[in-house]
Amino acid sequence: MINNHSVQNKECKGGIFMKVIMTGNEAMARGAYEAGCNIASAYPGTPSTEILENFATYEGVYAEWAPNEKIAFEVAAGASIGGARSITTMKHVGLNVAADPLFTMAYEGVNGGFVVVTADDPGMHSSQNEQDNRLYAPHAKVAMLEPSDSQECKDFMKIAFEISEKFDTLVLFRSTTRISHSKTIVELGEKEHTEVKPYVKNTEKYIMIPANARKKHYEVEGRLEALREYSNSSNLNKVELGNKNIGIITSGISYQYAKEVFGEDASYLKIGMSYPLPNKVIKDFANKVDKLYVIEENEPYLENAIKVMGINCIGKDLIPICGELNPDIIRKSILCEETKAVYTTDIMPPSRPPVLCPGCPHRGIFYVVSKYKDIISTSDIGCYTLGMMPPLNVADTVICMGASISGGIGIQKSNLMGHRNNKIFAFLGDSTFFHSGITGLINSVYNNSPIVTVILDNRITGMTGHQENPGTGRTLQGKPAPELDLEAIVLACGIKKENIKIVDPYKLKDTEDAVKEAYNSSEPYVIIAKQPCALIKEVQKKRANFKCVIDSEKCKRCKACLRTGCPALSFKNNVVSIDKNMCNGCELCKQVCKFDAIEKVGE
Amino acid sequence: MNNVKSILFVGVGGQGTILASKLLSEGLMKFGFDVKMSEVHGMAQRGGSVTTQVRFGEKVYSPLIEKGKADAIVAFEKSEAARYIDYLKKDGHLIVNDYEIHPVTVLIGNDKYPENLTERLKAAAYNTIIVDAAKIAEELGNIKAQNVVLLGAVIKALKLENINWNEVIESIVPSKAIELNLRALSKGIKA
Repeated sequence: MINNHSVQNKECKGGIFMKVIMTGNEAMARGAYEAGCNIASAYPGTPSTEILENFATYEGVYAEWAPNEKIAFEVAAGASIGGARSITTMKHVGLNVAADPLFTMAYEGVNGGFVVVTADDPGMHSSQNEQDNRLYAPHAKVAMLEPSDSQECKDFMKIAFEISEKFDTLVLFRSTTRISHSKTIVELGEKEHTEVKPYVKNTEKYIMIPANARKKHYEVEGRLEALREYSNSSNLNKVELGNKNIGIITSGISYQYAKEVFGEDASYLKIGMSYPLPNKVIKDFANKVDKLYVIEENEPYLENAIKVMGINCIGKDLIPICGELNPDIIRKSILCEETKAVYTTDIMPPSRPPVLCPGCPHRGIFYVVSKYKDIISTSDIGCYTLGMMPPLNVADTVICMGASISGGIGIQKSNLMGHRNNKIFAFLGDSTFFHSGITGLINSVYNNSPIVTVILDNRITGMTGHQENPGTGRTLQGKPAPELDLEAIVLACGIKKENIKIVDPYKLKDTEDAVKEAYNSSEPYVIIAKQPCALIKEVQKKRANFKCVIDSEKCKRCKACLRTGCPALSFKNNVVSIDKNMCNGCELCKQVCKFDAIEKVGE
Repeated sequence: MNNVKSILFVGVGGQGTILASKLLSEGLMKFGFDVKMSEVHGMAQRGGSVTTQVRFGEKVYSPLIEKGKADAIVAFEKSEAARYIDYLKKDGHLIVNDYEIHPVTVLIGNDKYPENLTERLKAAAYNTIIVDAAKIAEELGNIKAQNVVLLGAVIKALKLENINWNEVIESIVPSKAIELNLRALSKGIKA
């Protein structure tokens, strides 16, 4: 975001546009801005988050965080129907949440251009599955573009809006982690002037009752044929002829990896419009080369389509479906060349999985719950998934946004049938609760499931890097917004007042009492653990001088404090110590110490 | 493509590898190189092992570095240098922050932190440079500036001093941190 402001200030010197280095996400935002897109709605999700954060910094646009991807998609869809160019952005699994409006908007088409960004996460750097969202395009029957670097993120975005309006279709814009989070050089362009188109009532187009939808389906099929012709003639799909012994069909980041490995020793068909595929161009290319490889990450999306056309090609026989692709893998799979390490060592580095931060407010309640060995804890998507790590080990399940509560209800029902008594504790954050936890909570009341829902209210959307949400009292732009009252919502869902406890998870005794009462309750129960994320700038500032220190005279080396799993603690040379650069004085370790050996300083 | 150079930053989430590579990429671009940089966000940023990769030259395709092809590895944490040493090219520079972060797996006794790391790293790669970046940054007033000290060290190792790095820092770093970072860079180049 720092970058973006500087970009705007220096974008044009004497009519010559500047070259800047941008992430794919920054470039997609820039492309949408240059295309005259003026309405955006999204829910944060790695690796898509920074698209909206950057788009929001441009002048004259409207951008918002929505409570979830379905809402975001529908806001952007409505904006398109209203005549504005609009965009919605989400991570791959977010599109599952928004799949309902996706499939029907594919029928309704657009008024103002409408682009849907799906940022997939091959390798699952920060995701729960590795789904390849290219498959959504043929399923929903919409056009799809796939950029391979930041310049294309910007340029293709502008083309996406043109395609959308020309063919009356939303356009799926598919990125991956290495496109979204790699920086490459971009030449900036000019902002197009666009007007919001007039809104004309058109019930046959915008009301998908069966009678209208039946007609629409034929239109959609016809549209796909027109789009296929466009794909065949568009330079979004590019042939680069080199050595014709080897032909490579590829798209997205895989193109860069293929070029890295084969350079000029192969010919390429680089697919930029990956739905509908350019069948004539593919056939023509296949005829020009001796041996045809398809290099793509995850699913054999291109390969299957090419094989259906009756063309022989080699793809997933050699290139793995699972995991993120890279040049090493291509070199090994196709050329049978193993990239060799020059230097090796027998040093065994310790495993270093991600963990809850020092001073993380989630740690307190996880520590307390970890003492109850018979609890089944259903967790959710967010930093608190990390409660699963030892020594806390609090989490039995993680499925998707909001499933802590609803999944927990199911386990509770199963416990009943199976004559088991394990109490269910469902953990989810404030943002996840707003996203899709509320409906689960309503279900726990409606169908009388005496589970405990713990809302970890850290006043921010944490894992994705601190985005505002309906509970923080600020908009995407940091402007004041009404702050949703969590307790009032929980009450309105039907949880009884006496079954709601609000605790500060930094206070161990209070937290223990709340957990004990919840554990013994025979009705649906909610604990709201309220303490802001330790990484929020104002919190860091406020707590900068708070530290805990260990009095090694009093310390009995019982290591009870280490069992909180706080990374600021260490045990080296038989001495327990606290790293003052990491500690924020949350005092959890102080409260678990039975020998009064930990002191808080810097009040 | 043969002239493409690759720098691998490795460390622990939160140590500032992203800012260091951002500064590096910006400077290399201004100098006229094609540059690609790849970073990782999200869950891995929470105290996990992280890498940031920078590649530059006349024309760069892959943002990812292959094994055995990094001209320099900059390890913000000592044991992370060992984890990624197989990416180092022949005669490549292994720049190591003399700083240990023991992961929770070690704290709770599930794993061991290796001993005599400095000596063993030096024995593994002859071009190993140990930089006391954390200490230097702390003396300058903020341990967070260790990333820019290490940036200075890699600039020196790859002989990139002729790029105007001060201008890059001034254009990217928030104004109140510019002075600290300029001093950190100069210390790093001299280290």
